[in-house]
Amino acid sequence: MAAIDQFKNTYFEECSELIEALYAHLTDFAEGRSDCDTMHAVFRAVHSIKGGGGAFGFERLVQYAHTFETLLDILRSQGLAPSAETTSLFVVSTDILADLVDAARGDRDLPPGFEDETAALLEKTAAQFDRRTRSLPEPAEASEPVACERDYDIVFAPHPDLFKRANEPLLILRELKRLGEARIEADLGSLPDLSEIEPEQAYVGWHIALRTSVPRSAIDEIFDFVRDECDLSIVERPLPNAVREEAARQPAAAVSGGLESARSEQGSPRSIRVDVEKVDRVVNLVGELVINQAMLSQFSGALPPDLCPGLVNGLETLSQHLRELQESVMAMRAQPVKSVFSRMPRLVREVAGQLGKEARLVVTGEATEIDKTVIEQLADPLTHLLRNALDHGIETPEEREAAGKARQGTIHLSAGHRSGRIVIEISDDGRGINRAKVLAKAEERGLIAPSASLSDEEIDGLIFLPGFSTAENVSSISGRGVGMDVVKRNMQALGGRITVESRFGAGSRFNLSLPLTLAVLDGMVVAVGAETYIVPLTQIRESLRPVEGDIHPVIGQGDLLAIRGDYVPLLYLHRHFGVADAVTDPCRGTVVIVESEGEGRIGLAVDELLGQQQVVVKSLETNYGPVEGISGATILGNGRVALILDIGGLRKAAVPSRPAPSFVAGAGAPDNLH
Amino acid sequence: MDAIETVPANEVPQGGPDMLVRGALQFITFTIGAEEFGVDIMVVREIKGWTDTTTIPNAPAHVRGVVNLRGVIVPIFDLRARFGMGMTEPTRMHVVIIVSVEDRTIGMLVDTVSDIISVAPAAIRPVPEMGLSIESNLLEGLATLDDRMVTLVSLDGLFGTHRDPIIPDDAAAPQVLQPN
Repeated sequence: MAAIDQFKNTYFEECSELIEALYAHLTDFAEGRSDCDTMHAVFRAVHSIKGGGGAFGFERLVQYAHTFETLLDILRSQGLAPSAETTSLFVVSTDILADLVDAARGDRDLPPGFEDETAALLEKTAAQFDRRTRSLPEPAEASEPVACERDYDIVFAPHPDLFKRANEPLLILRELKRLGEARIEADLGSLPDLSEIEPEQAYVGWHIALRTSVPRSAIDEIFDFVRDECDLSIVERPLPNAVREEAARQPAAAVSGGLESARSEQGSPRSIRVDVEKVDRVVNLVGELVINQAMLSQFSGALPPDLCPGLVNGLETLSQHLRELQESVMAMRAQPVKSVFSRMPRLVREVAGQLGKEARLVVTGEATEIDKTVIEQLADPLTHLLRNALDHGIETPEEREAAGKARQGTIHLSAGHRSGRIVIEISDDGRGINRAKVLAKAEERGLIAPSASLSDEEIDGLIFLPGFSTAENVSSISGRGVGMDVVKRNMQALGGRITVESRFGAGSRFNLSLPLTLAVLDGMVVAVGAETYIVPLTQIRESLRPVEGDIHPVIGQGDLLAIRGDYVPLLYLHRHFGVADAVTDPCRGTVVIVESEGEGRIGLAVDELLGQQQVVVKSLETNYGPVEGISGATILGNGRVALILDIGGLRKAAVPSRPAPSFVAGAGAPDNLH
Repeated sequence: MDAIETVPANEVPQGGPDMLVRGALQFITFTIGAEEFGVDIMVVREIKGWTDTTTIPNAPAHVRGVVNLRGVIVPIFDLRARFGMGMTEPTRMHVVIIVSVEDRTIGMLVDTVSDIISVAPAAIRPVPEMGLSIESNLLEGLATLDDRMVTLVSLDGLFGTHRDPIIPDDAAAPQVLQPN
């Protein structure tokens, strides 16, 4: 049982990769970057999904994939590149295929008839193409022939014990013949005299001249099982003149296409499939090594420097190598954002369809790599933002025309690295934020005081407030008043920020900035009595030592700290955490002003700041459980555990019941609004 | 690890080697004060000396804090405090038994580790309803060996997820460190 589950898992993993590849190939078709290899690749992907599905008995999936495959096979065998119309049919068919795979994976059943409409369309198209080729020898319409027949010289010389491994050369030869025009000659050179023949040994070799349009990999595949039992050489003969000329006409396309297919076909032996847990384990171990190394350096620092110069040098080299090792290991776990981005075009297509809008998604920078821990958290915010752009940003085609814009709206989704962080931008050319409407709505909802005067950025920032939604009708797409505030909260939980720029009538741009990994965190080490805690650096605004007059006790609110005319609640960490022997008077210790996730600032009263450090985040919950005010733990250079503060949780403890943020007082940067 | 070396090797196959074949259970025994306790040897991962812990804020008294066990954050529970026998004043001679319970790794602070014993299942008697100061759900049973009585602790009762191990029934227990 466990074994079959494992195979199933592998199959589904492959399926998601194949479907991703399918979408990529279809994009190539749509943008005219295809050759016959692309068509074969599409066919192979669908075929592999079907084949594996059959092995596990997913009948519905297999039946549908078969219908899809039939059409692909017809186009492929005729060397036709699909027209724009056919390509979009393929895209929709791939959507359905992905749904069927998902359903099989989750052991769910989709509603009956879910795939029927598309399947019927596929069958109809297949029938058309089939008929057309039978009646018309010349393929018509937008379908162009993709001529790329190639000649191969294959020398296949089985080793004597080929038969003992249960291989049958005849089957291989028949298979080759099916690929195209094959001229097969037997090589009887090594055939011994009749009296010496061992009937169980293979003596005969073959020379095959094959003319085919299938890619090299398909030929290789046939020999897969006998590769170790024969001498095999497959050589591509140079193209005949006529074909070479054609290739020369589109040199760039041919070269790039060729490179890509070469990469994808030779890609398999150069990458291996590794369980993520194993990589995580290595990442953790390297984290430990780094801590060990820090401890060793600390000890060696206590020695007289001339006692053992070799040791000091050795430790120095060790630390350099470890740093490199850590970087390489983190790179191992990094993935291109493509794995999330590739799901988005479908989302845009479907949501636009539901809303009766026209939109296209332009994706750039999908090769940008980030740690897998961050990638996993990206899908939800991106989905929200794209839905939001379609629902609120992009206008209906009629409105767009009236405004002098193209009927079809454009949404740009881009990713890139910027100063150690990943920046993701989602921009649309829709109507932009209507500030008057936002302001009116916020007043109506009691989110701001009627008299408040806010800057444009502050008004734009209002859309991130909980309970804010300007959609006139609550739709199933967005407008339930959850969305933007959830996005903002999620982003901040990741140590990220979200900002919005907008020009009324011209569109909006959302900017997400995220750390490259969640496994390490930049922290400020603070001391409270004998304990040390880590404050996430991204949440620290400033630190200061207040003077006597700055601290105002307020009944029911605890102490407030006055900073430049603003009042910030003070939280005494030693009191809150029950730490003995700490500095109790903030005027003799330090106050760290932190900003929590979308709620506002508090001041943490600590003894002193010990320094800034990059720490490896460890879970406290795995072996213990959640602790109020603590988000995790880490190990310091001295091998001791230090707890990482959960600023959001601490703020809730410091300010128990203040629902709305107090920005009506109107202080400070827009960041303080939330 | 010193503690382990004190195990009297000649006593290990208690009741003769044939007991082992007949499904005898093995326990590591440890002491808290004068009392001897036993824990199923299969859940014990390692035994180490006491090291200072990092205090977890607002945790019950018997939670001594967390330590770094080769990169894993492991909570340390003071069994003496958990059994209502007062707080342990740990020294370097005190011992932490690392056990794994339902995917969790947990350390138990005890006085010493003394022995490895084999007990036939039939020789384990249920915990009497009365007469022990320790809550009965924290104990598995009593094993009698010649002249000794070993109290077998229940890791499920102590740390299992069916009851909240973090805030047990006696959550009102005093704090490890009092504020101010």
